[in-house]
Amino acid sequence: MAVRLALLGMGAVGRGIIQTVAEKDLGLVITAVADSRSGCIDPDGIDLKNLLDRKEKTGICGDVNISAETIARTAPYDILVEMTPTDAKNGEPATSYIRDALIRGCHVVTSNKGPVALHYHELSSLAKENNVHFRFEATVAGAIPILQTLMYNLGGNDILSLYGVLNGTCNYILTRMAEEGLTYKQALDEARTLGYAEADPTYDVKGIDAAIKLVILANTVWKKNICLDDVDVTGIDLLTEEALRLAEQQDATIRLIGEIIPGQNIYRLCPRIVPKDHPLVVQGSLNAIIVRTDLAGDLLFVGKGAGSKETASAVIGDILSIRDMDAGGN
Amino acid sequence: MKLELRDSPGQLVAALLPISDMGGNIKTVIHEHEHTPGQGVLSVEVVIEIPPELLDGLIARLRERGINVLRLGEERMSYRQSVILIGHLVHTDLGDTIDRIDQTGFAEVTYMSLAMPAINERTSAQFVIKSLTREHMQQALLILRQVAKQKEFLLIEPLEF
Repeated sequence: MAVRLALLGMGAVGRGIIQTVAEKDLGLVITAVADSRSGCIDPDGIDLKNLLDRKEKTGICGDVNISAETIARTAPYDILVEMTPTDAKNGEPATSYIRDALIRGCHVVTSNKGPVALHYHELSSLAKENNVHFRFEATVAGAIPILQTLMYNLGGNDILSLYGVLNGTCNYILTRMAEEGLTYKQALDEARTLGYAEADPTYDVKGIDAAIKLVILANTVWKKNICLDDVDVTGIDLLTEEALRLAEQQDATIRLIGEIIPGQNIYRLCPRIVPKDHPLVVQGSLNAIIVRTDLAGDLLFVGKGAGSKETASAVIGDILSIRDMDAGGN
Repeated sequence: MKLELRDSPGQLVAALLPISDMGGNIKTVIHEHEHTPGQGVLSVEVVIEIPPELLDGLIARLRERGINVLRLGEERMSYRQSVILIGHLVHTDLGDTIDRIDQTGFAEVTYMSLAMPAINERTSAQFVIKSLTREHMQQALLILRQVAKQKEFLLIEPLEF
């Protein structure tokens, strides 16, 4: 029997999921969808081509009387796929939708950093109590399956430290400043033009986005209980092109690096001088993570940290792994 | 340091033991076959890291074991790191910023490169800091972090991994 999905959020990631479910035979059916203003429900499965056309033509996906809340609470589904925009301060309304689904005994997959960074321990206990899964691979480093790898595949290892390039926008800006000698402002404007940076880039360039990912990693992989204020955060917005040139003189460059050393309670995000041949010096909007473990040694992960298809890859990976675990009698 | 010891089994270990016993770090051991004077005497060069105040004691202990210290080359501050500071460095007493490191006695600023694009714009500077040990370097960087906070500099530290 096909696994029934309810999707909340029809931004780039939501559309990426719908397209993938429509194109690939994954054994998935979408029974409910909500965007910020409307919703639609069909217990037999929504016609996805019609759905995408409707959204493009009218700007809404369905009936304005059907809300995301209604869908989370009452629509027929097995897995709630929550992809609404991140609210870093209180994680709402996403956290409420997730709670509603878990209490109903439905699994939840989210790409939303707010609820995981702020309420991971509560939501994970709630999932356990209701004998369902709560997954959030897409919240850190996009397409790179870092959370599953660290939480499960490296089980038995002590993960001693983690260093990572976790924000593609900042990495793009720093790459361009180093390569082309652009000023910070020029590189930022270029990133905006190419769609790598938001109109308001504060969240990225001040390091908040990457710092939230450190909070998620700390709380989920190491079961810490930290919040954004516990991370020592410095962004890239005050960097000068001269600083990049000074780094260049020593065959190095500058990258925004997140650092977790759980044994010393170090949670830090700041620009660092990194030798050019260091594995964390990746180009453009890529992400990269290095972890040091006691059994597996050092491991390096590189990949796309954002993008609709890449993020959809992480979300669908979570969905299919839940389905397969359930089939295994979990 | 260059050591002269008897060419018989166990002598090299006898020479190296006091170094590690005193907490020294042996970085390399080079047998100098060509320069060996012969007649059952062996000349060996060892590169070690040891707190300077222990050096005299180490030489005495080696001599007690019949090992001759031929030559001693000392590099006091062997640990080197480079940082970048961005801010109004000159107008916030650059001399004081450097002194805060130099005054420690265990670390010093040995090189500086400044880029000052225009009056009233922020200066970017590269500092090379040398220290006695890795731990001293971390302490020096902590001091620099405090200075950066106080004088509103952006401090860019090296990534050590």
